[in-house]
Amino acid sequence: MTGALVIFFALAALAVVGSISLIVQREPIHSALSLIVVMVALAGLYLLMGAEFVAAVQIIVYGGAIMVLFVFVIMLLNAGEEERTNFSKLATFAGIPLALAVTGFIAAAIAHSSASLPAPEPSGALTSTKTLSMLLFSDFVYPFELTSFLILVAILGAIVLAQREN
Amino acid sequence: MSLLTQYAFLIVPIVKVAVLVLIVLTVDAYLTWIERKVVAHIQSRWGPHRVGPHGLLQPLADGVKFIFKEDPLPANVDKVAYFLAPFLALMLALTSLAVIPFGPDIAVLGHRLTFSIADVNISLLVLFSITALAVYGVALAGWASNNKYSLLGGLRSSAQMISYELALTLSVVGVLLVAGSFSLREIIEHQANGHLGLLGWNIFGFTKDGVGFTQIIGFFCFYIAAIAETNRVPFDLPEAESELVAGFHTEYASMKFAMFFIAEYTSMITISCLATILFFGGWLSPFPASWTFTHYVPSLLLIPLGLWVIFDGMRYETIFGRIVLPGVGTVLAAIGAGLIVFPVVNDAIQGVFWFLAKVFTFLFIYVWMRGTLPRFRYDQLMSFGWKFLLPVSIANVVLTSAVVLWRMH
Amino acid sequence: MVPTNYYLILSAILFGLGIVGFVFKRNVIAIFMAIELMLNAVNLAFVAFSQSFGKVDGEVFVLFVIVVAAAEATVGLGIIILTARNRRSLNVERVDLLKL
Repeated sequence: MTGALVIFFALAALAVVGSISLIVQREPIHSALSLIVVMVALAGLYLLMGAEFVAAVQIIVYGGAIMVLFVFVIMLLNAGEEERTNFSKLATFAGIPLALAVTGFIAAAIAHSSASLPAPEPSGALTSTKTLSMLLFSDFVYPFELTSFLILVAILGAIVLAQREN
Repeated sequence: MSLLTQYAFLIVPIVKVAVLVLIVLTVDAYLTWIERKVVAHIQSRWGPHRVGPHGLLQPLADGVKFIFKEDPLPANVDKVAYFLAPFLALMLALTSLAVIPFGPDIAVLGHRLTFSIADVNISLLVLFSITALAVYGVALAGWASNNKYSLLGGLRSSAQMISYELALTLSVVGVLLVAGSFSLREIIEHQANGHLGLLGWNIFGFTKDGVGFTQIIGFFCFYIAAIAETNRVPFDLPEAESELVAGFHTEYASMKFAMFFIAEYTSMITISCLATILFFGGWLSPFPASWTFTHYVPSLLLIPLGLWVIFDGMRYETIFGRIVLPGVGTVLAAIGAGLIVFPVVNDAIQGVFWFLAKVFTFLFIYVWMRGTLPRFRYDQLMSFGWKFLLPVSIANVVLTSAVVLWRMH
Repeated sequence: MVPTNYYLILSAILFGLGIVGFVFKRNVIAIFMAIELMLNAVNLAFVAFSQSFGKVDGEVFVLFVIVVAAAEATVGLGIIILTARNRRSLNVERVDLLKL
């Protein structure tokens, strides 16, 4: 049991516990906190794989901006406890086992796949960030510019949605 | 002995963490003393001078007060968020100190000793991640308190922190372009210009490989954004005494309030450390490397300081002061003399001395601004952050990248 | 080192949990968070493949996914705020008619 495996299982357990907590919690603010825990655990996993820039971006953008947006909206709307409605008995009794069965099927397919993928090795020093940026601005420069337009459209959309009706 | 060397990779960081936490908590406590004394003298009054000589035991009295005060739990608070918020704020503030290099690597007993706890090559990104997560401490504190004023104060404060985080991150991009690395240690080493000393720092920009550019606009944006991030004057509207009761930490008392308090001062220290590392050369001496006589500057400062404290103590009014102050002065003078006598120790602590001197200068500027400047109104604050600071940071990035590109050819 | 399959199985588990959350939660913000969980699971798979093949193309795509998630969260939460203000409820079962 090498150190990397121990860290992997610890972070994976944290991510799974966080996601189960996301589903089970009744208050949306607690679900938001669980999702933040999941994101930090995933950032730890990215670091374990050697993708350091992606790990930092995950925490800064996803955990530090997008989730803050969620938390703001929950606070603004004063979202309280979720109502307990039982509209469909079939969904409750057959739904969860079915979803878990689908997940288990995918997981089993991956586990038994004979395609031997090489294991992720943490790459050396700054090659990750440097190659990432060189690739981003040479091969992927069109998608990069398109995402900047996408963000501009999203900002304009948010401003229009936030205006009061005069 | 072999067990010790086998687990040295675990024991050395733990010892470093313990030393660092002790030092930082003491510096926090005495930072409150410095703040109260300096603000008081700016306002032509004395500040604390009863508890111990010159009020030096005031932080101790404050600590005792925090321990013995009642820690109430308001009704109908969200218990998870209420207990999580101060803990999160304190944990993030202290964790950010792990990646800061306090001095160059020195050789101790044949082994290399690094002056940082974790020397990672993305240390700047780690610091930004921690700054990004620090918003939650404030937002959750405001939400959990079941109090309209806390909620408003928390929302305003977190909106302010998010807005200035953008300008903070962008103003540092100029430094990254010039240095070519995220590692704080490499950023400092890039500014080491042996001949010109002071001028090699990023604020002046005459680095050794010629690819530097003065980052004075970047420093200006960074320092202002950092003051807004740490919720200090002139950006402390969300927690000011005359507004919104006390903002997001209204419903917190005693130990939990102390955690917010310590978190705020620790983040002040982190920002000052970051400002010195990124723009003022970190642990580099301002004198050129060939002027080796400047290695005696620490002693030259410590010995007169120790003698002055001794003379001041001998004429102090209380008996306690007349014993303690000369004692402290003797210790300081002895350290100064010891540095002259043992040049090995002197060379080892040169970097740390200059680093601490610069950090304390920035902390003094923080406190100076507290005593002098009025605070911004909330809409002035937000429009300043979005309409002035962000465009100026972006312009700095464009300008720096143009100059770096031109100089590289 | 940790085999790639482990990361992929974890990604599948998180994706499955995201689906369960998406289908069974009543609060519209919680549903949105389940969607974000699914996006994160996909990101994990991308990075695992990218590191195992030794190319960084996967990591570049992860950056794009994060940017798109940010844009989607912005607009989506704006819509949620407006709908919640109009209907005074965050229960997704109350928004099941085309007319307000």
